[in-house]
Amino acid sequence: MKKKTNQTRLMNLYRNLVLSRRYEEKLIELFRDGKISGWIHSGLGQEATGVAVGECLRETDYLVPYFRSRSSLFAKGMDPKRLSAEIFGKITGCCKGRSGESHVAEAALGILGAGGLIGSPIPIGVGLAYTAFLKGEGQVVACHFGDGATSRGAFHESMNMAAVMNLPIVFVCENNQYTEWTPTSAQMNIEDISTRAEGYGMPGVSVDGNDPIAVLEAVEPAVDRARKGKGPSLIETKTYRIRGHFEGDPCRYRTEEEVKKWEKLDPLPRFQERLKEHKLLDDKKISQVEEQVREIIDEAFRFAMESPLPTREEIMHFVYA
Amino acid sequence: MGLINIRRAINDALSEEMARDERVFIAGEDVGEQGGTFGLTKGLYDRFGKWRVKDTPLSEDAIAGLAVGAALGGYRPVIEIMFMDFITIAMDQICNQAAKSRYLYGGSVSLPLVVCTLCGTGLRAGGHHSQSLEAWFVHTPGLKVVMPSTPYDAKGLLKSAIRDDNPVIFMEDKSLLSLKGEVPEGEFLVPLGVADIKRKGDHVTVVATAKMVHQCLAAASKLSEEGIEAEVIDPRTLSPLDSDTILESVRKTNHLVIAHEAPKACGFGAEVAAVVAEEGLDFLDAPIKRVSGPPMPMPFGEIEDLLVPRAEDVISAVREVLE
Repeated sequence: MKKKTNQTRLMNLYRNLVLSRRYEEKLIELFRDGKISGWIHSGLGQEATGVAVGECLRETDYLVPYFRSRSSLFAKGMDPKRLSAEIFGKITGCCKGRSGESHVAEAALGILGAGGLIGSPIPIGVGLAYTAFLKGEGQVVACHFGDGATSRGAFHESMNMAAVMNLPIVFVCENNQYTEWTPTSAQMNIEDISTRAEGYGMPGVSVDGNDPIAVLEAVEPAVDRARKGKGPSLIETKTYRIRGHFEGDPCRYRTEEEVKKWEKLDPLPRFQERLKEHKLLDDKKISQVEEQVREIIDEAFRFAMESPLPTREEIMHFVYA
Repeated sequence: MGLINIRRAINDALSEEMARDERVFIAGEDVGEQGGTFGLTKGLYDRFGKWRVKDTPLSEDAIAGLAVGAALGGYRPVIEIMFMDFITIAMDQICNQAAKSRYLYGGSVSLPLVVCTLCGTGLRAGGHHSQSLEAWFVHTPGLKVVMPSTPYDAKGLLKSAIRDDNPVIFMEDKSLLSLKGEVPEGEFLVPLGVADIKRKGDHVTVVATAKMVHQCLAAASKLSEEGIEAEVIDPRTLSPLDSDTILESVRKTNHLVIAHEAPKACGFGAEVAAVVAEEGLDFLDAPIKRVSGPPMPMPFGEIEDLLVPRAEDVISAVREVLE
């Protein structure tokens, strides 16, 4: 833990980690109880990357979110009420109830580009980075996606274009070991996704994705590098998808032992222990944070459930400007 | 008034809009230093610099994504997809992202971007360099589709497309780039969504796009010699479609022929025919006739000339509906 990772920052990471974890748990419960339509793709167990990425960004920076990473949304400032209402398809949601969980955006916070096609947000991130360069105000784009996205041509075209144009963008690939039901090892013939960076002429590094500090210490220099006009980077954070591809996935493609092995590496208790060792956290503080988070989440879902659905007329708006 | 060709009209429109609005920039393969594969961006690199006239790698998906991201970031990008056939690579960004993001993000953003793309036959360049794929985009809510046939329309419509807050597919018929026409000096716009009656007539309505407008005008001249007066309508914007102008004309002529070079099945002509069938069936004295390209890939070389519909095909169709 470097000195610059000061106490405020560590506590930000911790709060967002707890918030994201409890939020995922609540979402899973509500979906199981039939309160949410459509589907839920949970990022439970993977929250460390998102909280660290958000922590490295300024308010004016862009986040192109990874659909499974609600932790990055919270860390970038997303209001849990507006997110919850969106997932419930309500008019008070951040996208007025038409995006669901997959297309979440919050333009005022620079959260843009998410969509339902894996990998498609990556070229959009390059476009945002192009405008960041043109504006010349030191804006940076964090473009966040999963391992599956790196099999898309869109990933290749984007990495190459960002590198050759020297754009201010950081590509963060959260490797959760599965693309839907297929293990990453059957999707690519390399151990570390970050090694792909070399082929594009940009730096690449792989880190423990279940350790927010390790992610922060990799993402922060890459963000600084981009901000200084030195071009893009690729960071792979190795983690694990504790839940299935979607809630209700029977997970026939993996063993319980494998899941248990990764559960031992859960970022939340690990980070808690570490903060305790550094005397930044004790049981009282843990209870306080849990209590604060519970209030935020209860309020968010109450707001979501009490909000109205869009009317038939309202849902027709905004096809054209 | 000056006589200029479509190539120049497009170049002037780009140049004027870039000078008018700093947020407008162009990106695509060889659009920069070399002035574009078809010369449409000639001189712009020298005038506006390499970041506003950006050469890109051969990456249609990322070029289109660049436009989507840049539009979300507050700019007004114009991208060139060199041959419309290559737009297949960019379909996801255009149809899933550009067309839907405003809606899915709850109206919090708009996507003012233009995809310029060279379409149609004319180079005898074969199956992957000759298609006219407008129907796919007309079928996608959230997009506008523009397909001009004259220098005046090309300039005025491109300027409007760049100022429009929606994603616009701007199709450039490569066989018409050297076609000359009168274009006034100075500022003018042609609004999107307004058809133009290229020739007035009382006996039959002929709706045509791009190069087929000129084939239909040639056909109308010949038919006029035998006393048949065709009204030739160029919709100019295929989406949104100015159906009022078409219906008004069919109400008068009671006969309809539609001509485009793309294949017939689910082509743009099918939409025009359907609109008239739904809203103006009572106006018709005869079945609607469509003139189109054949339902097959375009082979390479001279044989292309035999496969593109011509004035004679339009004349036959008109005779058939008037019989």
